[in-house]
Amino acid sequence: MDFELTKQQQMMKKLFAEFAEKEVKPLAADIDEEERFPKENVEKMVACKMMGIPFPREWGGAGADYLSYILAVEELSKVCATTGVVLSAHTSLGTTPIYMFGSDEQKKKYLPDLCSGKRLAAFGLTEPNAGTDAAGQQTTAVKDGDDYIINGNKIFITNAGAADVYIIFAMTDKSQGTRGISAFILERGTPGFTIGKHERKLGIRGSATSELIFNNVRIPKENLLGQEGKGFKIAMQTLDGGRIGIAAQALGIAQGAIDEAVTYVKARKQFGRAIAKFQNTQFQLADMQTKVDAARWLVYHAAMCKENGKPYTVPAAEAKLFAAEVAMEVTTKAVQLLGGYGYTRDLPVERMMRDAKITEIYEGTSEVQRMVISGAVLK
Amino acid sequence: MAKFEGYKDIYVFVEQKNGEIANVGYELISEARKLVASIPHMNYSVVGILLGHNIKDKAQDVIAHGADRVVVVDHELLKDYSTQFYADALTQVINEFKPDSLLTGATVLGRDLAPRVAARINAGLTADATKIEMDPEKQDEALLLVTRPTFGGNLFGTIICPDTRPQMATIRPNVFAMDAPDASRSGEVIEFQPDFKDTDAKVVVKEVIEKVIEGVDITKCDILVGAGRGAENCLDMVKAVAAELGGEMCCTRAVIDDGFADKELQVGQTGKTVRPSLYIACGISGACQHVAGMDKSDMIIAINRDPQAEIFSVSNMGFIGNVEEILPLLKDEIIAAKKA
Amino acid sequence: MKIVVLVKQVPDSTEIRVDKATGTLIRAGVPSIINPDDLAGVEEALKLKETTGATVTIVSMGPPQASEMLKELYARGVDECVLITDRKFAGADTCATSSTLAAALDKLGYDLIIAGRQAIDGDTAQVGPQTAERLGIPQVTYVDEIKAVNGDTITVKKALEDCEQIIEAKLPVVLTTLSGMNNPRYMNCNDIVDSMNKEVTVWTFDDLGIDESKVGLAGSPTKVHSTFTKDVSADTETFTLPANETAKLIAQTLKEKQLITK
Repeated sequence: MDFELTKQQQMMKKLFAEFAEKEVKPLAADIDEEERFPKENVEKMVACKMMGIPFPREWGGAGADYLSYILAVEELSKVCATTGVVLSAHTSLGTTPIYMFGSDEQKKKYLPDLCSGKRLAAFGLTEPNAGTDAAGQQTTAVKDGDDYIINGNKIFITNAGAADVYIIFAMTDKSQGTRGISAFILERGTPGFTIGKHERKLGIRGSATSELIFNNVRIPKENLLGQEGKGFKIAMQTLDGGRIGIAAQALGIAQGAIDEAVTYVKARKQFGRAIAKFQNTQFQLADMQTKVDAARWLVYHAAMCKENGKPYTVPAAEAKLFAAEVAMEVTTKAVQLLGGYGYTRDLPVERMMRDAKITEIYEGTSEVQRMVISGAVLK
Repeated sequence: MAKFEGYKDIYVFVEQKNGEIANVGYELISEARKLVASIPHMNYSVVGILLGHNIKDKAQDVIAHGADRVVVVDHELLKDYSTQFYADALTQVINEFKPDSLLTGATVLGRDLAPRVAARINAGLTADATKIEMDPEKQDEALLLVTRPTFGGNLFGTIICPDTRPQMATIRPNVFAMDAPDASRSGEVIEFQPDFKDTDAKVVVKEVIEKVIEGVDITKCDILVGAGRGAENCLDMVKAVAAELGGEMCCTRAVIDDGFADKELQVGQTGKTVRPSLYIACGISGACQHVAGMDKSDMIIAINRDPQAEIFSVSNMGFIGNVEEILPLLKDEIIAAKKA
Repeated sequence: MKIVVLVKQVPDSTEIRVDKATGTLIRAGVPSIINPDDLAGVEEALKLKETTGATVTIVSMGPPQASEMLKELYARGVDECVLITDRKFAGADTCATSSTLAAALDKLGYDLIIAGRQAIDGDTAQVGPQTAERLGIPQVTYVDEIKAVNGDTITVKKALEDCEQIIEAKLPVVLTTLSGMNNPRYMNCNDIVDSMNKEVTVWTFDDLGIDESKVGLAGSPTKVHSTFTKDVSADTETFTLPANETAKLIAQTLKEKQLITK
C-alpha cells in the first residue's frame, strides 16, 4: 500500500492549486451571483492542457492518470464548484464514452478536439420521466436508411448550450427495455437540435444546466456510439467514472469550506480572543477535517481502481455517497462557525453550502449509491 | 603603511541627463563629506565624476554641493548614456585616479553601469545601501561598512570589501539628505580624455518615449499622508488632510494592488523611497516592505486600530484608533490651527 | 537561436517573518519560489520559442534541491535545464557568481541570454550586467518588452524612471527582465507528464574549467561583516485616546513643529 501521490501527481496538484487560487477563486462569487457560465476559466484551462488529462497522448490527451484528473476537479471545486463540474462533465461524461466505446473513426474525429479543449462535451441521459429510473427513456431514435431520426428531450443537462458535442441516449427498440437503449454522438448545430430552458438552481449556479430538445434530428449512422442496444451499459459505465468526478467535487467543496473557516476563526475575535482559541471551534474543525480526510481516501482509492483496471463501480459509489454527505455536513458547520457573516454572500461559505447539495443528487442520488453498495454487500 | 598603494579619497559618480544633474549625486556628495570628516587624519577629499558632453560648466555646481574636486570627462560619445561608452570611460577614470571608494546612485542608470564596471576591475560592489560609515576599527584603511536590506527588508547585512579597491556601492535616491549648496565654495576641475578603443555602438537607442507623469512626484513632497489597507474606505479624507497640510497622499502596495490608487503613489521596497519632514501613516500595518521606503522620514505619526501594528515601532508618535473617525476631526483641527 | 535564461530559486520573501525573541529570520516553512523577474524572462523566452522556433535552456546556480524548481520549468515547456552546484561555489557574491555563470555559458553556447533584473532575496540587480561583462557582450537592463528579433538584431523596450527607450542590440546580448512585463504561463499537464522523463543536467566545479580563486567565497571581493534584523526603536510614544483628543494632539504637535503653515 502506498498513500503518497507520485511526483507527477504532486506536480499536477501544485499546478491545479495555483491555477485555482489565482485564476478561478477571484471570479467564483461573480459567476454564482450572475449565474453565468465560466467561459474564461475554460479558456485558461485549455491553455494549461487540463481538458484531456486522463486520455493518451495519441488522442490528444495529456497522457496522465485518472487520479491527476480527479485532483484537478478537487482543487477547482475548493474555490469554485461550478468550474469543477464543467471539467468533470466534459471529461468523465462527455469525452470518456467516446474514448471507451467509440470506433477508431469516431475517436479520430472527436477526441483530439475534445482533449485539447477546442470543443466542449456534455452527456444527456436524464429525462422528465427517467431520472433515477434511467430505463424509462422516451427519446427515440428510428433508423431511416443510413440515418437515425431522433425525437424527444433531455433535462438537467450540464454544459448544455456551452458544449459542442453531446453523448445522448435514445430508444432504438422499446420492446427490449434497457437493452433497447442506444448511445449517439450529437453535434451542436444539427438541424432540429435545440437547447431549451435554462434551469435556475440553488447552487452551482454558473454551470449551464438546460434542456435538450430533439425535433426530427437526422444524424448519420456513423454517430451511433458502440452497438445498437448497448446504450444502457455505456451510460452506467460512464456514470461509474463520473461519480468519482462528482465525489472529487464534493471533496473539494468540503475542504474549501474548512479552509475558509480556518482563516475566519483565526481572525475573528469574541470575548477578547480569536474564536480559534475556543474548544468548540477546535473540536468542530477536528471532526470536519477528519471526515474530509476519510472522504479523500475513498475518492482517491476509487480513482486508482479505475486507473488500474480494477472494478470500480462500488468504490465509486462509496466515494460519492460519503464525500457528498460529508460536503453537506461540513459546509453547514462552516456556515455555523462563521455565524452571521457566514450566512451573508460577502463570504463564500454560504455558496459552498448551496453548491454541496447537488453532489447528493446528480449522477446518481445518495439513494442510488446506497442501492449499488448494498447490492454488493448482500450478494 | 597603506594597504592599497595609491588609492585615496571618496569619489561620487554624478549622474546627469541632458546636462541636468540628478539630486542623488548631490545627496551622495553630502554623505561623502560626513564620511571624510569622520577620518580627519586620513586627509581624504570628496571627488565628483561627471561624464557627458558639453557639461564642463556644471562642475562648479558639483563643487558648490560639497566636492573638493571634479573629474570631468567631456566627449561626444558620452552625450547620452550608453553602457558601453560610460563603462569604458568610468573604468579609465578609476584606473587613472584610483579612488579608495566610489559611490553611485542606485538609479536605473547607476544599476546598469556600476556592476559592469565593478566586474571589469574585479571590485566589490554593494547594491542599494541604506547606511554607510567608516569602520571605527579600520580607520587607517578607510574601510567602509555598507549596510543594505535583503530578503524584502526583513534582514540587514553590513558588507565590507577588505581586500580590493575601490570599494563600490550604489545608494537609492532620497536615502541620504542633500546639504544646501554653497556657491562660494571653490575646488579643482580636472579634465580627463578617455581613449575609446571601440567606437562602434553595439546597443542603439532608436526612440525615446517620455512618460507623462500624472499627478505629483511623491519623492519630492515634504509632507506625505500614507494610506494603508485600513484607510481604503476613506481615501478622500486622507487626501483632504494631506491637502490641508500642503502635502500629498501616498499608499502601500496593498492599496495599489486593490486598485484604489496609481502605482506612482506607492511607497516601499517595490515602490518609491521617500523622506519627507512629516509622514502620517493611516491604517498602515507597517510591513517591512513599506517601512523600508519611509522610515527615513523626519517625523512619523501613525494611526492604526491594532495596538500590535508594526508601524508603531518606527513611528515617533502612535495613536491607537480608527482612522475613519480621526481623520475628519484632524482635518478640522488643522483648519482651526491655521486660523488661530 | 539558442536562448539561455538565468534563473534563481529564492525564498518567498513576502512569507518571511522575523523571530522577535532571537532577532533572526524564520526560514522554516518559507516556500521556495522561482524568482519573479527570472520567471518573466522564462516567459519571454518561451514566447520567442513559439514565434521563432528558438530553443530555451535554463541555467541555475544553487543547491541540489533547486533541481525541483528546474523540473517545474520543464513542465512549462523549456528544452533543457542545467544546474550548477558545488560546495566550492558557496558564499559567492555577484562578482564570483557572474564568473561561474559565464564559465557555464561559454561551455553551453548562446545567442541570447535573459536574466531577471534582480532576485528578491538579494535585490542586487548585479548578476545580469556582470555576467555580460565577463562574456564581453553588451547588455540591456530593465527590459519591459521584447518587440522583435530580426536576424542578429533584437529590439526591446527599456523602462527608465522618466521615460521608455526603444533599443536595438546586436546578438548576442544579455537582457534583464522585469516581473511586470508579462503573466508567466502556468505549468501544463502535457509538459508535466513529459518532464518525468527529463533530467536536469548537473555541472559541478570540475565541469566548468574555472580557476578556484574566481568562485565562491575566495572569488568574492565583498564579505558579509555582520547581519541584523531591524531593531525596534523604543522611543515611540503610543496613545489610546478618544478620536477628538487624538485629532487635537496631532494638530497641536504639528503646530509646535511648525508643520502647519498658513
